[in-house]
Amino acid sequence: MIPAAFDFKRASSADEAISLIGQYGDEAKFLAGGHSLIPLMKLRLAQPTMLIDIGRITDLSYIKDGGDHIAIGALTRHMDVEKSDLLKKHVPLLAHAAGHVGDAQVRHRGTIGGSLAHADSASDLPATTLALGATYIAQGPNGQRQIAAKDFYKGFLESALAPDEMLVEIRVPKNTGGWSFQKFNRRAQDWAIVGVAAWKNGKDSGVALVNMGSTPILATSVSAALASGASITEAAELAAAEAEPQSDLNASSDYRTHLAKVLVRRALEDSSK
Amino acid sequence: MTMTDNRPNTVIGTRLLRREDPALLTGEGKFTNDLNIPGALHLAIKRSEHAHARIIKIDTTQAKALPGVVAVYTGAELQSLWAAPMPCAWPVTPDMKNPAHYPLAVSKVHYVGDGVAAVLATSETVSRDALDLIDVTYEVLPAVVDLEEALSDKVILHEDLGTNASYTWPLLIESTPGCVEEAFKNAAYTVKERYVQQRLLPMAMEPRAIAAVPQPFGGDVTMYSATQIPHILKVMAALTLGIPEHQLRIIAPSVGGGFGSKLDVYAEELLCLALSRKHNEPVRWVEERSENAHATIHGRGQIQHVELAADKDGKLTAVRFRIIADMGAYLQLVTPGVPLLGAFLYAGVYNLPQAYDFSCTGVFTSLTPTDAYRGAGRPEATYAIECGMDALARKMNIDPYELRKRNFIQKEQFPYTAFSGLTYDSGDHALAAEKATQMADYAGIRKQQKTQNVPGAAKRIGIGMASYFEMCGLAPSRVLASLNYGAGGWEAATVRVLPTAKVQVVTGTSPHGQGHETSWAMIASEKLGIPIEDIDVLHSDTAIAPLGMDTYGSRSLPVGGVAIAGACDKVIEKARLIAAHQLECAADDLEFANGLFSVKGSPDRSVPIAALAFAAFTAHNLPDGLEPNLEAQYTYDPPNFSWPFGTHVCIVEVDVETGKIEVLKYVAIDDCGNQINPLIVEGQVHGGVIQGLAQALFEEAVYDEDGNLKTTTLAEYLVPAASDVPSITTGHTITPSPTNQLGVKGIGEAGTIGAAPAVINAIIDALSGLGVTSMAMPASPQTVWRTIQSAKK
Repeated sequence: MIPAAFDFKRASSADEAISLIGQYGDEAKFLAGGHSLIPLMKLRLAQPTMLIDIGRITDLSYIKDGGDHIAIGALTRHMDVEKSDLLKKHVPLLAHAAGHVGDAQVRHRGTIGGSLAHADSASDLPATTLALGATYIAQGPNGQRQIAAKDFYKGFLESALAPDEMLVEIRVPKNTGGWSFQKFNRRAQDWAIVGVAAWKNGKDSGVALVNMGSTPILATSVSAALASGASITEAAELAAAEAEPQSDLNASSDYRTHLAKVLVRRALEDSSK
Repeated sequence: MTMTDNRPNTVIGTRLLRREDPALLTGEGKFTNDLNIPGALHLAIKRSEHAHARIIKIDTTQAKALPGVVAVYTGAELQSLWAAPMPCAWPVTPDMKNPAHYPLAVSKVHYVGDGVAAVLATSETVSRDALDLIDVTYEVLPAVVDLEEALSDKVILHEDLGTNASYTWPLLIESTPGCVEEAFKNAAYTVKERYVQQRLLPMAMEPRAIAAVPQPFGGDVTMYSATQIPHILKVMAALTLGIPEHQLRIIAPSVGGGFGSKLDVYAEELLCLALSRKHNEPVRWVEERSENAHATIHGRGQIQHVELAADKDGKLTAVRFRIIADMGAYLQLVTPGVPLLGAFLYAGVYNLPQAYDFSCTGVFTSLTPTDAYRGAGRPEATYAIECGMDALARKMNIDPYELRKRNFIQKEQFPYTAFSGLTYDSGDHALAAEKATQMADYAGIRKQQKTQNVPGAAKRIGIGMASYFEMCGLAPSRVLASLNYGAGGWEAATVRVLPTAKVQVVTGTSPHGQGHETSWAMIASEKLGIPIEDIDVLHSDTAIAPLGMDTYGSRSLPVGGVAIAGACDKVIEKARLIAAHQLECAADDLEFANGLFSVKGSPDRSVPIAALAFAAFTAHNLPDGLEPNLEAQYTYDPPNFSWPFGTHVCIVEVDVETGKIEVLKYVAIDDCGNQINPLIVEGQVHGGVIQGLAQALFEEAVYDEDGNLKTTTLAEYLVPAASDVPSITTGHTITPSPTNQLGVKGIGEAGTIGAAPAVINAIIDALSGLGVTSMAMPASPQTVWRTIQSAKK
């Protein structure tokens, strides 16, 4: 429970954080809410020698109406996402999913940007923002760039962010479709064994899977089938078409595949109510 | 004097809030690791990452060079410190195999987590950093994980023993030779089942922590330890280290749960003691959570072969059980005896002729040692008979409740001499079952099943029950002797009325969450008629409470609480002599109620015990020959075990598509005789039920084939949280124990004993329409789903 030795710098702005990470390179890690990084450090599975604390960059904590989308500062805590009236009105799926992250303590500390940048396929928000077609704004030494959620997740705990970039904003299109978030686990506070974030508006839909591979999975075959008139039951059979589910203590690959089909069907039925 | 002053005391039986809780709930509890001990050295243990390996070389050079490191020792370097191997106090058979077990391994490691080197450093951080700098070269040997595989002796873990089997302990009780076999031959119905009791991690909220502090003069050492057994630890540590026992003082400060896992003598305790004496500095150690998963004992770990024989009405005619019990790598304090604590209970709450064939084989594996875990042998026994009874009911195609009714030992049969010769003190199983099934609406659920559990149903409902009988209150010393247990089962108490009528109750029990300070004060207040806030309870320090057998096996109340009542009686008798002297009457002419002695028939002639305490202190005017001071010591050796019982009923809904279980309702009817504090009783039942339910649904120590534990954090080892468990409906029947003056029985383990079979029986009941006849624990969604799939085939 005692991490290996490390140094610590606190950044007061995104610019300062990026300059610091440029200075310390691979040995440094950004520390936001700390609810992914610190446990890994305590188990000495991660041993960064420099932590750059971005947790107090207060101007990156906001939820704003951006017209056709809602803009969320990367350092906005899960609890603020969950409780946001703006999100409840325009992107209720995201507010709801944020309420299922970990437990109340985790939601008060953890941030949306930290969760997305950690790129854990078992986390709820990467898949949810993927289903919603979100765009992430990354800032590096040469300024900002936009990365579509579908292009962001590259592998297990691996994202499209360059080592000297940090997430600064998440833009989520307003979504007035029916929606559902299915989180299947054994204890309420756990990561999902399989999770499904879905919305459906007539023949349009977005469906993404939690913990069905090394990255969050956009179930494009399901949406394509629905668009071409397939029934929910038929479409749900394609739930795992893009997935490469792993086996672990809670579920083997074939059980995960089965669960994905059941949960996608339930999510789409729920979204159609 | 008014009539109301004569009302009987009513402290016992009230729902008094626990006096321990304000400190615990506000973070003011003083746990071992909270103690500020200036200059203490921090111990850290380098542990084996292999389940079975020969130690070729240990290079400590780099670790020793780290600033802040005071010393690094290998097992070989410390070998001269041990007067004896680590203790196993329960040689269950004369030929039991017990490998030498030292605080650090010397030539071979036998489980992942086995200590190989010890670091002493000036800070905890440096001690951990140093571990990464110790380089151990191993010759890796094959792990032995599977119990049946272990018995094949293909790989022998302790070569000098020549086998992995530690012992076989048979219990064959037959009215006539061969009658068990005969009964099975003639039975109208038989069942044959194989159950697995998975390994569990006890996961006390506070991991273990130790601080050994040499005293400035005379070579004495005080050791603080998060232990359940300061008294037993003192004796064992003295024997193992060769330290004169009177130079050791053991203190268990606030202890954050144990569940049996702190009923042990651990390597780290011996290392802290030995190294603090060697360096003449305080040495402390605190366990990390993942270290706890490896280095603290595990519970359960059995394969049970269950056979029941019954006549045409379903009445049991004979039973046969073959148990393989996982000892783990070594025998800890009571490891071999744990499965045998259940050996007499495999016939459960049922009438059984003398046709009982039980045998248990303890086997070594290359895994963490097992030992006592809440219930210790009795949950396993209850699971076997209660799931077996459901299997028998399915075979007979009758309702499992009906089958139980036909077999219950009846109320009028108590005290009941069982097939084993043991006497069950009191009970009313039919009443407990009736009450539980009524509260659960057993008949209503059976009706609902007819409409809900139809072919194709997405969700099926099931109801299951378990009636249990627990042999606890460890224990009559003579019975322990017959089981070759290495200690007695008595408990000591001292009650001291101070000159100002404040009371010190000194107990040999050692609470770690049970609320003894509240319950023991209630007993003394009731007995002495002194307000409860004037009563202090002293415990868990061998200098203050030198005599005791500590806390485990649901013994504290039926043994330790009764000892306190006995000490109070002696105090009252002494006070009576002083009162008679002062009131100039015969002692027999005095009545004692509400703290007041009064002359029978002349209530105006009276004296309060408070005044007598002062008189005993001044000793100005005592009867001739009476010693000053109002104090008495009493040691109680129970004449029998205590036999709590009850029925638990569980209602589940199974999501057939995913295998997920939802517990809709859980009813626990428990009978622990008279209740001192019903609030504490309910708390014990709640915690116990959840621990049993956790075995049924959530928890399992999972190992891979190389003997690596895969569930080393609370993310993988699924201890359920409040959000994951049902609300529990508790109820009670009260059948006082006739064997002690308080009429009490133990309650600490009851919930755990009843819960697992009730839950599993409910799940099988829900799915029986799909052809499911068995369910492995834990019934995870995946396990349930797979069982449904294979039943369909």
